Amino acid sequence: MKVHEYQAKQVLASYGVPVPRSEVCDNPEDAVKIADKLGGSVWVVKAQIHAGGRGKGGGVKLARSLDEVRKLAGEIIGMNLVTHQTGPEGKEVNKVLIEEGQNIEREFYFSILVDRATSTPIVMASTEGGMEIEEVAAENPDAILKVWADPAVGLTGFQARQLAFGLGLEGKSVNRAVKLMINCYNAFVGADATLLEINPLMLNAEGDVLALDAKMDLDDNALYRHKDIAAMRDLTEEDAKEIEASKHDLNYIALEGNVGCMVNGAGLAMATMDIIKLAGAQPANFLDVGGGATQERVEEAFKLILSDDNVKAVLINIFGGIVRCDMIARGVIEAAKSQHVSVPVVVRLEGTNAEEGLKLLEESGLGLVPVQGLAKAAEKVAEVVGG
Amino acid sequence: MSILVNKDSRIVVQGITGSQGTFHASQCLAYGTQVVAGVTPGKGGQTAVDGQVDVFNTVKEAVTKTGANVSLIFVPPPFAADAIMEAADSQIPLIICITEGIPALDMVKAYDYVQRKGVRLVGPNCPGVITPGEAKIGIMPGHIHMPGRVGVVSRSGTLTYEAVGQLTAQGIGQSTCVGIGGDPVIGSNFTDILKLFNEDPDTDGVIMIGEIGGTAEDVAAEWVRDNMKKPVVGFIAGQTAPKGKRMGHAGAIISGGQGTAADKMKIMEACGIHVVKSPADMGAKMKETLGL
Repeated sequence: MKVHEYQAKQVLASYGVPVPRSEVCDNPEDAVKIADKLGGSVWVVKAQIHAGGRGKGGGVKLARSLDEVRKLAGEIIGMNLVTHQTGPEGKEVNKVLIEEGQNIEREFYFSILVDRATSTPIVMASTEGGMEIEEVAAENPDAILKVWADPAVGLTGFQARQLAFGLGLEGKSVNRAVKLMINCYNAFVGADATLLEINPLMLNAEGDVLALDAKMDLDDNALYRHKDIAAMRDLTEEDAKEIEASKHDLNYIALEGNVGCMVNGAGLAMATMDIIKLAGAQPANFLDVGGGATQERVEEAFKLILSDDNVKAVLINIFGGIVRCDMIARGVIEAAKSQHVSVPVVVRLEGTNAEEGLKLLEESGLGLVPVQGLAKAAEKVAEVVGG
Repeated sequence: MSILVNKDSRIVVQGITGSQGTFHASQCLAYGTQVVAGVTPGKGGQTAVDGQVDVFNTVKEAVTKTGANVSLIFVPPPFAADAIMEAADSQIPLIICITEGIPALDMVKAYDYVQRKGVRLVGPNCPGVITPGEAKIGIMPGHIHMPGRVGVVSRSGTLTYEAVGQLTAQGIGQSTCVGIGGDPVIGSNFTDILKLFNEDPDTDGVIMIGEIGGTAEDVAAEWVRDNMKKPVVGFIAGQTAPKGKRMGHAGAIISGGQGTAADKMKIMEACGIHVVKSPADMGAKMKETLGL
C-alpha cells in the first residue's frame, strides 16, 4: 500500500525522525491559516499524490508571502499533475502539504528496502540528493553507499556512522544523522514497510538533519497488524476496478488492450497475457481468481471483466488442480446468465474435471467457445477480436 | 531418481487441523506420501484426517516420536514465520511452506534463522515439491504428473502445472518438480535447485519458469552458463506486464526499471538457456532439446 508524503512523515515523526513542521489541507483558505500558524517567511506548497517527480511536474512550489500561499494552493489543488510516474493521464491533486521553508545547506538521498538478493534490509545513502536513484545507479554507482542490516540485530550505530561519514557529514551533524538513520530503520521495521525513501534528506545551516521528503510503501500482507496505517489508504488514488476486485479477493490490474482475461494463478495469468500478445491481440487486464477460486469469485471476476467497455472478447484459462473445472464452468455460466454478454467468450479448461466443465459450457447454449490447449485458445481469441 | 523428496520422506504437516492442512494432508496421503505426523498447538493427543495422522503440540515432539524429516506448513500468515523457525529449530532438514501472504519482514527474520540452523526452506507462497510416483508434498494435482527424467523449477503454481501437463502430454516424465514461490523473500532460489538437479544422476534436463521482478533468474542463468551440465529450457512470465504494478505474486513487480521479462530472457539466452517466448512451447522445446 502506498501512502502520501504527509502520512509517511507522520509515521516517521512518531519514531523520532526529524521532519519540517507542516500540515495538510484541501483548500487555499486553510493553506493560508496553516502558513500563518507555522510562521516564518517562506513556505513550500506540495501536491499530495501517490507518485514521484512532483516537483518537475509543477506540483511543488515555494511561496514567499501568505498571498502567494493562497494563490499556489489554489492552483495546485484540483490540478491534473503529470509526472514520469503518473503516466500521461496524470493524477488529480486533492490535498496539499504546507511546510515551513528550510535553510538548505546540502541534500542527500537515503532509503531502506528489502534486498531480494540477500533477503535482508539494505540501507542506502548518496550525496546525490534530489536525483532519481536509478539515474545515479546507472551513471555513478560508486556514489551510492550501501550497508546491509543483520535481521536479528537491526541497523547498528557503526553502520549508520559509515554512511554519515561517507556522506561527508562533520561534527554534531554526524550523530544527528546516525540517530535519524536508526530511527528510520525502526520506522521501516515497525511499520512493516517495503520501501522507505527520503529524497532529499537535508542538512540545514544550523547543522540539523531532517527528512525533507518521504515516501513509504507498506507491506499489504502486514496491514492486519497496523490498523492505524491501514486507515491511511486513499481510495481516490486507486483504480475503481482494482478496488472492487480487492473486495472479492481477486487480483485485478487494468491494461490497455481489448481481450479480457480470467485465469487461476498469478504466473499462469501473466503467461496468458503474454501468449495473447504473441497471438497478435492485446490483454485488457491481469486477473488471477486464485488457487482456491469459488463459484462466487468466478462470477464476480466475470462481471468485473465485462464492466470494462474496452473488452471485445474474453479468454478464460483455467488449469484445474485443486480447483475443479466443472465448478469454474458453473460460475461462468451463472455469471453469463445474470449479465448481458455481448462479446465472444473463449474458454480453455485443463486438468481436474476439464471434460465435465467443457460439456457444461457446450450445453449451456450461451455461445461460449470451448478450446483445447493454451496456444489454440490464444489464437482463437485473437481471431475473434481481429475479425 | 529425484531431488529433495522421495518415497522415504516422512512428513510432518504443521497446521494439519485447519481446513487447508486437513484437505491437503489427505490428498498427500492418497498419493502414497508418508504423512507421519501433524502439529497444531493445543491439539496434541488428537488425531487428524479421519484418524490417520497423530497430532502433536510441538514440532520437536512430532520429530522425536515419528522421525519426521520433512515439514509441510499450512499455518496462517501471521503465525507462519514462527512455524518455519520452529521446524528449523527441530533440525528438520527440509521445510516446505505453502502459506501465501506472510509479511516480508517476518520472512527476512525466518530466512536468517533457517540459514543459521543450516536447514533448507522451500517457499513460502509455493505449491510444494513432488517426485512423481514417490511423494507429493504440497498442493499440486498429483494426477497430471508422470515419473521420468526432467526436472521443473518455478516461481509459479499453476504455470508449473501447465509445464508438467505439456511434458506429460509429450510422454516426458518428471524427476522432481519444485515450486520455489512467488514472494520476494524465499528459502530456496533457482540456483539452489538447479545445483541439485545438476548433481542428480536421474535428471536429464530442467525447465525453469521465472517471472518479472528481482534478479534471481539472472543470477541462476550465469550459474547455468558456468556450471550446468544439462540443458535448461526457460520461460519468463510477465512479458506484457506494466511497470510498477504487482502482478498477483508479492515478488512479481518491475521496480526502478529492473526485473523486466525482456532483460531476464536476454540474459538467460546469452547464458545458453533455451528460452521460449510462448508458455505453450515449454514441453515441446524440452522434447526437442533432449532429442526425444
